[in-house]
Amino acid sequence: MAASETSNGTSLRHAFGNVLSFFILILIGVLAFSIRLFSVIKYESVIHEFDPYFNYRVTQFLTKNGIYDFWNWFDDRTWYPLGRVIGGTVYPGLTLTAGTLWWLLNSLNIPLSVETICVFTAPIFSAFTSWATYLLTREVKGAGAGLTAAALIAMVPSYISRSVAGSYDNEAVAIFALIFTFYLYIKTLNTGSLFYATLNAIAYFYMVCSWGGYTFIINLIPMHVLLCIVTGRYSSRLYIAYAPLVVLGTLLAALVPVVGFNAVMTSEHFASFLVFIIIHVVAFVYYIKGILSPKMFKVAVTLVLSIGLIICIAVIAVLVALVASSPTKGWSGRSLSLLDPTYASKYIPIIASVSEHQPPTWPSYFMDINVLAFLVPAGIIACFSPLSDASSFVILYIVTSVYFSGVMVRLMLVLAPAACIMSGIALSEAFDVFTRSIKFQLPGLPGFSEVDAGDTSSESTVPQTEVPKTDKSGETLKERPSRKNRKKEKEPVEKPSIKSQIEKRLLVLPFEGSVLAIFLLVLLGAFYVVHCVWAAAEAYSAPSIVLTSYSNDGLHVFDDFREAYAWLSHNTEVDDKVASWWDYGYQTTAMANRTVIVDNNTWNNTHIATVGTAMSSPEKAAWEIFNSLDVKYVLVVFGGLVGYPSDDINKFLWMVRIGGGVFPHIKEPDYLRDGQYRIDSQATPTMLNSLMYKLSYYRFVDTDGKGFDRVRRTEIGKKYFKLTHFEEVFTTHHWMVRIYKLKPPRNRIRGKTKKSKSKSSSSSSSTKRSSTRKNPWH
Amino acid sequence: MGKASTSSTTKDALVLFDSLRSAYSATPTTLKIIDLYVGFAVFTALIQVVYMALVGSFPFNSFLSGVLSCTGTAVLAVCLRIQVNKENKDFKDLPPERAFADFVLCNLVLHLVIMNFLG
Repeated sequence: MAASETSNGTSLRHAFGNVLSFFILILIGVLAFSIRLFSVIKYESVIHEFDPYFNYRVTQFLTKNGIYDFWNWFDDRTWYPLGRVIGGTVYPGLTLTAGTLWWLLNSLNIPLSVETICVFTAPIFSAFTSWATYLLTREVKGAGAGLTAAALIAMVPSYISRSVAGSYDNEAVAIFALIFTFYLYIKTLNTGSLFYATLNAIAYFYMVCSWGGYTFIINLIPMHVLLCIVTGRYSSRLYIAYAPLVVLGTLLAALVPVVGFNAVMTSEHFASFLVFIIIHVVAFVYYIKGILSPKMFKVAVTLVLSIGLIICIAVIAVLVALVASSPTKGWSGRSLSLLDPTYASKYIPIIASVSEHQPPTWPSYFMDINVLAFLVPAGIIACFSPLSDASSFVILYIVTSVYFSGVMVRLMLVLAPAACIMSGIALSEAFDVFTRSIKFQLPGLPGFSEVDAGDTSSESTVPQTEVPKTDKSGETLKERPSRKNRKKEKEPVEKPSIKSQIEKRLLVLPFEGSVLAIFLLVLLGAFYVVHCVWAAAEAYSAPSIVLTSYSNDGLHVFDDFREAYAWLSHNTEVDDKVASWWDYGYQTTAMANRTVIVDNNTWNNTHIATVGTAMSSPEKAAWEIFNSLDVKYVLVVFGGLVGYPSDDINKFLWMVRIGGGVFPHIKEPDYLRDGQYRIDSQATPTMLNSLMYKLSYYRFVDTDGKGFDRVRRTEIGKKYFKLTHFEEVFTTHHWMVRIYKLKPPRNRIRGKTKKSKSKSSSSSSSTKRSSTRKNPWH
Repeated sequence: MGKASTSSTTKDALVLFDSLRSAYSATPTTLKIIDLYVGFAVFTALIQVVYMALVGSFPFNSFLSGVLSCTGTAVLAVCLRIQVNKENKDFKDLPPERAFADFVLCNLVLHLVIMNFLG
């Protein structure tokens, strides 16, 4: 009777807990969505930065022309005169997602524009990400840790930086796909169900569609499988989780045009095949071991080892030969720069020039994951007690992602979910310990003295891990962890009998200590929330297409980019070609709808180097290069007047490097005075005569009479000069974008005399006559 | 000495094969059928690999889909075998019908994908 009552009570409390966690999850989703809306509130609902403009343009094309035209789309507005096959070179996941959303809403008669959908895709998917994180962490360490981790990832600044409203980039959906794939892998591993294995392969397919970072999955999971095998944790569930994923996943990945047969041809994927073979051997060995007696098994092992080793060596030799025969040893440049951080700066300036491919600085860790950085070690410790297949996976995940984030800033994004999971586990465990010790001491007076005695030892170890743990939880968390822990207590505390309760009592901390620790935890959680909100509102919401600055006389808005692109689209011919450094290629095609020479998809190094060479050459040579490319207008971004630091003069050395990498007559030292990059009177003549210098500073001295550059904080070196081959056609309000037109080729000297002659006759016939007269000369 | 060791290894091998055969004969018939299926799939994959080695891998999509459909089928069948094997304690709660339904679903997905590579 009593037993049934208590079980009734627990099931009721379980049901209550489930409903509660459901509502908490919804709230977390709302939080994740709304914290990313600062950019819309503070600025407006626009697409941000560079790549999102391309994705936006592709989505527009998709919604207008349909999926079949999308796959076959050859874009002639970019990379002139080469063009680009869009359908075969983009990761289509993001575009298809937004397109589907748009189609769905429109078929429900909710008429939203494509732009609106694109702006809000990232916040929506960040809510999904936090739910996926909940699921993943629940598989590892229970619902309590799951809720904490979900709340943490909803606001982690690193992820916010890539998923604010308007930042319509691959990462927006890819992080969700990443976490969800991991969740399904762990779920398959825990249940051994083929159904989840199928879902896992499909989630992996979505990830491959979304982001090049899928190689992280296809290397991390084999690593984990290998780890399990080596540490003797092989189980048939591991086989079911892994083997179907490799076969199905490889096939599905090969379906994505941009990956194609690379899914079986490049070294990034070889690790998975190798482990696939290994797991079959191991599975077979375990099977034989199961049906044979131990003695016979020993015999079998000695027999097989001698024959098997020879075969293995032969196979490995063949594999090595295959890999070595490919020029880059089968690894692409970006992956190589991951393995060897110095690779890119040594060999590929185009990869090194992108700021997000640089290694991060220490403060950026604190900026991007804040207090999570201190909680992670505690989480790792918590994962080791007890170590399960799932928790070993998250440990492996955090370790690898810490390494990768140290190589490239943008991969901090991969680290953030891992850090959130770990800190969620740490926080949840900490709350678990504290609330349990409070709970034990409120009614339970007996054994109090024991506790005190036992605690002095345990206290010294536990608080050490606790102090870092304290940092995290947020306002939303404050209530949550306690509830979670209550729930958690039910499971472990009620199940074990009195016997284990005695053991547990030894872990109990003093009452005052635990109350204080909980208070500190909540305080640090609040600190985390404050930091996240600040980061979301101030640091990461700027769309970079509209800039603002505060000064004594109030708020200034710099909307020069859109001004310039609008000018281009209204005042130039539809088929005119615009040359600029590749950063502005996507924006020019998307906003001005003009053909560009190079854009942010940096697939053709030579083409970019040509533009870089033109920018670093003197005017005449540059004119010749641009004219050979049919360029009508040249666009430069100049921040000297308002102090906008990421302008073309600051990027200029990369143009020189990339140009010089292909055309050796451009030499970097020619642009540096004693190894220093300067634009004042000490600058080298090559620098002062380069096209970039001239286009940036043309007529600049007219603004203040001195030519003082506010970014470089110096007076420019050459103030008065004229352009002979270019003419200024448009400069925006704050001089941030300057557009020049190539002058038509000047007539030759011989032509001059003709010209003067023809002037006497009617102008309309002059052109005709000159052209007809030309003939006899040739 | 050398002779003795070789003869002992051959003897060991014989004993091993005997015990293997006797152990395997205890397997239920349903599992044996699955084993046959797996063996057939692997055999088909091997034939394709040999053919590829002799003739070349020109329509690479055909080769890829052919080999992977065979290995995929084999892998899925092995998974099914693991799940329906009564000696496997991991899957005591899993009814064989459910395991088979999962197997069919997974095969469906696999061959829907394979169909995209045809031709």
